Amino acid sequence: MSESNKPIKKTWYINPYLGGVLLGLVLIAANFVSGRGLGASGAAKSAVVATVNTVAPAHADKTLFYEEYNASHAEGPLKSWLVFQMLGVIVGAFLSGAIFNRLKFKVEHSPKITSRRRLIFAVIGGILFGFGSQLGRGCTSGSALSGMGVLSLGGFISMAFIFGTAYALAWFFRKNWI
Amino acid sequence: MGPLINNNLISQNTNFFLAFLVGIGFGFVLEVSGFSSSRKLAGVFYGYDTVVLKVFFTAAIVAMVGLLFMSLFNWIDLDLVYINPTYLWSTIIGGAIMGAGFITGGFCPGTGFCAASIGKIDAIFFIGGLFLGILIFAEAYPMLEPLYKGSFKGSPTLPQALGLKDGVVVLGIIFVALGMFWAGEWAERKFPREEY
Repeated sequence: MSESNKPIKKTWYINPYLGGVLLGLVLIAANFVSGRGLGASGAAKSAVVATVNTVAPAHADKTLFYEEYNASHAEGPLKSWLVFQMLGVIVGAFLSGAIFNRLKFKVEHSPKITSRRRLIFAVIGGILFGFGSQLGRGCTSGSALSGMGVLSLGGFISMAFIFGTAYALAWFFRKNWI
Repeated sequence: MGPLINNNLISQNTNFFLAFLVGIGFGFVLEVSGFSSSRKLAGVFYGYDTVVLKVFFTAAIVAMVGLLFMSLFNWIDLDLVYINPTYLWSTIIGGAIMGAGFITGGFCPGTGFCAASIGKIDAIFFIGGLFLGILIFAEAYPMLEPLYKGSFKGSPTLPQALGLKDGVVVLGIIFVALGMFWAGEWAERKFPREEY
């Protein structure tokens, strides 16, 4: 393989194992302070419920999902741990991007596909992830990583099926990535 | 001592403020590890970049071992920590749908927000889809409720399900992870790709 002898252009990131240790420490801190793990899709759900409550209050009042959610969140959907945490994520990622000079508007895509195709697939992937994370009670952060951190059986099952399915389908979508 | 909120050592508002700080740490680590790039994230499925595998499993191991030791030293009461419940079929089907979302979208929700914060337009579109997907679930919820609330197994841990001690299972997971790290390093040498 002549390809493997060519120097590979690389953006600088920290050593992934060091990144993993730091992420593990953040997860421990979340459990120590708040008795719970990290999350992402839960904050997006809060935002969706808050939007529906505001835009279509009558609909929210008579639709089961919002009824259940609002009943269990007396102080409103946005006053939630995950919402504050997610605001932090946006700030933290922005800080890292600013410090290491990675702030830039761009559509990142393989040269073999158009940015239009990349964006269409990004939306499809988002829809699937949004739907799946609700059915599965949390996404890669909340269910898989945080669940595994506290040894939850559900966390391991979640991790296995997220990554297992993505591997099983990787061949069909290879053109988008390689 | 911990968890601080459960033991009433901090107020709810302090808890929210600390959630914000935890989030800053979370977002910073994701971005600085390269999780703001869908190309790097998808790399784990083709072998050219296995940063996801390395960060994810290192973090899981550090958290498992750290929490077990903190429990041993009585720094944290693990009985008060939230253990994700197991609803078998909704977890399996939800996980499979998320996997399909991962390979098509190139992000998961956390990494999507992280990438959007540094200006990745594909991540902004992904998040648009994410909101739409949650809305679709919410509207279809009455139909999905039996699946969502069915096959409830309580909140067992993996060691409980296997009938083994926590430490033994964690040690086993560490060995599995080391094997995967080795495979990841091998794959990166075997299937290198130019950045784009």
